[in-house]
Amino acid sequence: MDILWPVFTMGALSLLFSLGLVFAYKKLKVYEDPKIEQISEFLPQANCGACGYAGCRAFAEAVVKGEAATSGCPVGGEEVTQYIADALGVTAEKVIKKIAWLHCRGTHEAAKNRGSYLGISTCHASHLIGGNKQCSFGCLHFGDCVRACPFDALYMGEEGLPVVKEDKCTACGKCVDACPRNLFELHPASQEIIVFCQSQDRGASSRKMCKNACIACGICSRACPEAIVIENNLAKILDYKKIEPDKIPEIEKCPTNSIGRIHKDKNEG
Amino acid sequence: MKVKTFPHGVHPPEFKESTEEKAIHSMPPPDKVTIPLLQHFGSPAESLVQKGDEVYLSQKIGEGQTLFSASVHSSVSGKVLSVDMFSHPAGYPVPAVTIKNDGQDRISTEREEAKDPFSLSPEKIRQKVKEAGVVGLGGAAFPTAVKLSPPNDKPIDTIIINGCECEPLLTSDYRLMLEASDEILKGAELARIATGAERIIIGIEDNKKKAFEIFQEKIRDYPGEAVLLKTKYPEGAEKNLIYALLRREVPRGGLPFDVGIVVQNVGTAKAIWDAVHDGKPLYERVITVSGQSIKDPNNLLVRIGTSFESVIEFCGGLSEDANILVMGGPMMGIAQWSLDIPVIKGTSGILAWPAPPPRLEYSCIHCGRCIEHCPMVLVPTRLAKYVKYNNLTEAENWGILDCVECGCCQYICPSNIPLVHWIRLGKDKIISLKRKKNP
Repeated sequence: MDILWPVFTMGALSLLFSLGLVFAYKKLKVYEDPKIEQISEFLPQANCGACGYAGCRAFAEAVVKGEAATSGCPVGGEEVTQYIADALGVTAEKVIKKIAWLHCRGTHEAAKNRGSYLGISTCHASHLIGGNKQCSFGCLHFGDCVRACPFDALYMGEEGLPVVKEDKCTACGKCVDACPRNLFELHPASQEIIVFCQSQDRGASSRKMCKNACIACGICSRACPEAIVIENNLAKILDYKKIEPDKIPEIEKCPTNSIGRIHKDKNEG
Repeated sequence: MKVKTFPHGVHPPEFKESTEEKAIHSMPPPDKVTIPLLQHFGSPAESLVQKGDEVYLSQKIGEGQTLFSASVHSSVSGKVLSVDMFSHPAGYPVPAVTIKNDGQDRISTEREEAKDPFSLSPEKIRQKVKEAGVVGLGGAAFPTAVKLSPPNDKPIDTIIINGCECEPLLTSDYRLMLEASDEILKGAELARIATGAERIIIGIEDNKKKAFEIFQEKIRDYPGEAVLLKTKYPEGAEKNLIYALLRREVPRGGLPFDVGIVVQNVGTAKAIWDAVHDGKPLYERVITVSGQSIKDPNNLLVRIGTSFESVIEFCGGLSEDANILVMGGPMMGIAQWSLDIPVIKGTSGILAWPAPPPRLEYSCIHCGRCIEHCPMVLVPTRLAKYVKYNNLTEAENWGILDCVECGCCQYICPSNIPLVHWIRLGKDKIISLKRKKNP
């Protein structure tokens, strides 16, 4: 008879605990929109933070709540936007595919050094003490951007400048934040012409420091006055859509090659 | 005699012999001066002149707009050649006024001389100091008028005059103490009146006994004393100096105001006197030109805006092997890349050396020497590692923002680790993150 006691007590205990679990499930349950899970699973899961939220999951929560735009994930692009829009039953916002481009052509050869730099080999550290290059706007060659890129879309080219792998770039903006000189900018993939210089020094002095610096001569802005202006000793593209294709050869007469087509001498790795 | 000091610190070789006995020599104004509009801690001054304007000596050419700013004055008379960006000793281009010297040193209006400066009100003294664009001449170039305006809830009891000059090679403050001791004391007295302090303490390192004896004699006319300090680096760092003299500790992130103290460099004290008594703005300063690669080392009174090149030329030029050019002292100075850089208010010296033997960096061997010598009682090696592996929260917890970048840790490090550079990098990252969070 004694053998039944443990069976009985264990059975009673398990019944008690299961009732507790049932109670917890019924009363303490937090309702979560199943769409969050659904959207979250479809996101790229890079947790890169490009959307402005703490990670993919946080973005999914925000987009379901309506705080974030359906096109908020630049990494996912059109596909993800469409998926989110379908899941939420709204019309998808238009996605403009963007790519990060470096605004500098100060290669090892073109841009002169200030002296022998003996400090820590990162761009930020060099930038703190004025930089290892004479030009105080240009690329410092240490590759903080390459280390920051979570998608392997950047590598250090032989000339000393980071090269963007267009097919891998997701426009997450990590390189934009990593560059202490703000040389990266996200441009629509359809934009063909960009300015490859950020130097706001006067023409004569920037030319002395770097062979490929914009000297603000104005050839480009004369060719296309409604789209390109000279501001702070630097050419600036106001609206790339207004640049007519037949004007491109004229723009590319730039004496220092500091403005032109991105793909003219593309060197993809 | 017992000398006062603070714990930790280093004692690098002094090398002061080459310029110690050389009296301050006035350098003739150069043909052209380039005066940066940012020569102080804070926001740049706004230019008051345009290209082609005629300016007079000591005319105000840049107006400090905000509280943390200082006015800038012309150091020669002549014509403005340009108002443009120009390289600053800190490594960045800043707006600067280039003036061609006509060699006449014309002064436009009569300077407002004060007959009896000691009877002036504190406000009047502060206003005159601000008008003259006086900044701290020790190197950090903190606007002096701000230092002389303590907040009402923080009463000041002591003015400390910093005559330590703990950086090796530099002797400009020492010469100034020998040659202009009266002006320094009068300037200190004005600072005492402006802040309402009770006494003046002059701290002088014991390798400058001559200067100490002079001050010990002369300070009898003023409420205060001269104190001898141990020759040690960084004895002249504000917080360490306060601790050495009065055993008061400036709280974390605080200012000397918080413990009732204002510290002024000897050069600044003289500039305060010049500004209040003669109405003379800060347009020239004493610098030491020294180092193995300078042919004729000297102490010079130089106009602000003179290029390093003309100063070095005046000192016999550079020898063939010159490789490193530094503005300031060898411990905290900033390496320069061009000889066109102008002398600014914060320039205490121009030093040049041949190339050093290459120094390889090794891994940290955990010897603890940096900890033993850090005057702020930090753990430099750990801070550097936190920054290296991007653990900024821990770096901040371990007090990275308390670092004064004196360079003792890096000087003493047997593995040649660029500790100060790492710490500066960490500080910059933390500060820019904070700025991003609450702009």
